[in-house]
Amino acid sequence: MSAQPRRRRIEVEEKGDITVVGFIDKKILDEQNIQIIGEQLTELVDAEKRLKVILNFANVEYLSSAALGKIIALNSKLKKANGKLVLCNIRADIKEVFTITKLDKLIVIVGSEDEAIKKF
Amino acid sequence: MVPNKDQTREQAFEAVIRSDPSEARRIQDRIEDFLSRLHISERDSFCVKLGMEEALVNAIKHGNQMDRNKTVTVSVKMDDKAFEARVTDQGAGFDPDDVPDPTDIENLERPCGRGLMLIRHYMTEVTYNEKGNSVLVRRVFNLAQSES
Repeated sequence: MSAQPRRRRIEVEEKGDITVVGFIDKKILDEQNIQIIGEQLTELVDAEKRLKVILNFANVEYLSSAALGKIIALNSKLKKANGKLVLCNIRADIKEVFTITKLDKLIVIVGSEDEAIKKF
Repeated sequence: MVPNKDQTREQAFEAVIRSDPSEARRIQDRIEDFLSRLHISERDSFCVKLGMEEALVNAIKHGNQMDRNKTVTVSVKMDDKAFEARVTDQGAGFDPDDVPDPTDIENLERPCGRGLMLIRHYMTEVTYNEKGNSVLVRRVFNLAQSES
């Protein structure tokens, strides 16, 4: 019996050897969606061996703490593989989540996608 | 009796939901709908939504351990001055003072443990009952500049 295909929750664009990931959902809140997003991000590293990853939050309006866990996990995975993660285009309300949880000390966060590309 | 013109329209509801994230989503949709009718800032709306998201997830995931046979009772009231909600689960409760600080260096890379911190950041008041299975959250709104 074949498994039901999961809907893609991320959009992936290659810019040279850098992978730019956008989010399809404006609200990254639902536990099930967050789980799928986490799995699809993990696949980028494990299956597709992409080690230079930018997460572009331009489309994201809401982000719950459960989603932070997936981003932290991706950051750890990339660091262990000698890769790098950079976040960009985070609107002020969402950026605040990273600041108050001090995750901005753990994960590289910049303004624009161009700035993110320059970080590699 | 002529209504006091400062009297703001209060909206309120109470619901009992199963410990299912999709049911929490319906509560959030209803809160969002009510918030949209208030004269409040985008910032206040954002803070209420995020704070309530964390409170509901905590009740379902940590309080009731995702047991669909356990319920979460949510009572909400709001007007143009403030939002208030009580979220009660059927779990054993906990001591919110026992939650490790997620910003401590040894906890920074943990995948979870930030929900309570975010609730306290987004809400003006956060009060747990003695058992720890019921939380009262309140956000006093910053009134937007009135438009003519």
